[in-house]
Amino acid sequence: MAAASASRRRPKREWILPTYTGLVIAYLLIPIVVMMLFGFNDYPGKFNFVWEGFTLDHYRNLFEIPELTQALRNSLVIAAITSVVATTLGTLIALALTRFSFHGRSGLNLFIFIPMATPEIVLGVSLLSMFVAIGFARGFPTVLIAHIMFSISYVVVTVKARTSGFDRSLEDAARDLGADGWTTFWTVTFPLILPGIAAGGLLAFVLSFDDYVVTAFNAGATITFPLWIYGASRFGIPAQVNVMATLIFLLGVAYVVISLLRERGRSAAPDPSEA
Amino acid sequence: MANVRLEDVSKAFKSAVAVDNLTLTIDEGEFFSLLGPSGCGKTTTLRMIGGFEEPSSGRIWLGDEDVSGLPAHKRDVNTVFQSYALFPHLSVAENVAYGLKRQGVAKDEIGPRVEAMLELVDLEGYGQRRTTQLSGGQQQRVALARALVNRPQVLLLDEPLGALDLKLRKQMQLELKRIQSEVGITFIYVTHDQEEAMTMSDRIAVMSAGRLEQVGAPQDVYELPATSFVASFLGASNLLEGEIEGTSGEVTKVRLGVGGTVTLPAGRLTDSEGPVAVGVRPEKLHIQTTNSSEVDRGDNAIEATVVNSTYTGVSTSYECATSDGTRLVVYVQNLERSASPPGAGAKVRLTWDPDHTFAVSKARPEKT
Repeated sequence: MAAASASRRRPKREWILPTYTGLVIAYLLIPIVVMMLFGFNDYPGKFNFVWEGFTLDHYRNLFEIPELTQALRNSLVIAAITSVVATTLGTLIALALTRFSFHGRSGLNLFIFIPMATPEIVLGVSLLSMFVAIGFARGFPTVLIAHIMFSISYVVVTVKARTSGFDRSLEDAARDLGADGWTTFWTVTFPLILPGIAAGGLLAFVLSFDDYVVTAFNAGATITFPLWIYGASRFGIPAQVNVMATLIFLLGVAYVVISLLRERGRSAAPDPSEA
Repeated sequence: MANVRLEDVSKAFKSAVAVDNLTLTIDEGEFFSLLGPSGCGKTTTLRMIGGFEEPSSGRIWLGDEDVSGLPAHKRDVNTVFQSYALFPHLSVAENVAYGLKRQGVAKDEIGPRVEAMLELVDLEGYGQRRTTQLSGGQQQRVALARALVNRPQVLLLDEPLGALDLKLRKQMQLELKRIQSEVGITFIYVTHDQEEAMTMSDRIAVMSAGRLEQVGAPQDVYELPATSFVASFLGASNLLEGEIEGTSGEVTKVRLGVGGTVTLPAGRLTDSEGPVAVGVRPEKLHIQTTNSSEVDRGDNAIEATVVNSTYTGVSTSYECATSDGTRLVVYVQNLERSASPPGAGAKVRLTWDPDHTFAVSKARPEKT
């Protein structure tokens, strides 16, 4: 009797987890799908809110709006420079924090978190008042400085996760086998912490690319992608924005998929003699 | 020919002295073990030879070259690390080839040398594997191959078998010995396992608290320990306190604190008078019930009471106590089925050949 009721109940229970999971995924993906979809919308006027029909025009005329194109270019350049500089500095800081005990290390450890814990609006205002106070003209360089500043923290935290678990005896082994400090770093340390560096670099790129608040305070006459969209939203956002966002999203997905595949290829092929 | 020479080498860390005035000569082609409990300075000594720690004072010679200040990557020495320290991002063959690449060995020479080395350690055909796919024993062999392929003057091994289970350990001990005699390279082997050290080594250096206690062949160190530390570290020690009574000819007499005298060959004592501790290994002792036979020849004898006995199949071990409470351990081989082995509380007489008696210098003054 009990067994019978249990078997009757089980099919119901089997549905709970998939349904729940499906709903969560839908919740996460629907806004993105809508955004992509409206990149194909053949809308007549300025407002791209109602589905009117399918077209590829916006893909064909992607760079039709010069200001938007310039804003995108600005954002990509700023994000690229930010990513490279923040990743380099952040990686060095993470290495220093995990392998040397120096005066003020715990202070620095705490310090690194401050830009992450501070509300962006506060960061933006403080930076602005600093630039004004020292008479530094707002523009491309100030945006860059601001972005690098807040990205470093994220890179440090990401890379540190990799360096703190690092087995130092591997470096001893490299030195033992005749590698000097430089060679040891590039042949052993760097390849092993590379996943952390890559993740930190991607994070810095994305953080810089979509930052609005800090940028708005410090951009001067420089218009970035988020700034342009925000400005345009009052008059209607052109579908080219959807297309650009779609392409950037797909690029990000491709990056993740590729790194996942590489990771899997590395740990695949289990040892037959082990089984 | 001396291969490695340490001259008055000391190493002090912030809080403690790890190695204290160590002088040691290791010959070419020798399998040499540094044996001692954890914290005795054996690993620090090895790391100084490898170039990972710089001695606070003293010199280290490799052949005719003073390498004291030379960094690790410039020393003709390779190490097998306790954790193996295999590069996880490289394949087995790439791991083994790492040192050769650093030396700038020609590409077409690297392949065959790596193959030959993998063959030596019984890992032919494993070159393309990832090291993370290997078992502990296989990783150990890769670590060995990676070090040996560079044909160093000296190979340093830091408790390389520590992570393996007992059966594999025993197998690898023999394997290491075979490989060592095959390649003829000097091995310096750090271990805290006295049995492992005795199984493999040509000579053993026993260390304690940063100092050298004794250096010698396994038999010498075991049969004739020079200090009470060595006596107790390499098995049950059975030490008896006494006073030198005198020497006549080849024989020295020692009056024991517990009563009675024992004799031992004269050469075993450094002093001619004063307090001394003599000892005998448990398997050298014979046990007889007091009312039975007389003591043979000139055997040493001491009265004791059995505290407990443990039957272990091959042998029975008895723990006995003398009248002043000194504990003595006796191993008796179970050659026959004994009808009535002495049980707890039995009065017994322990006898042994004077030639099996060793004397240790009185414990050196404790550091205060």
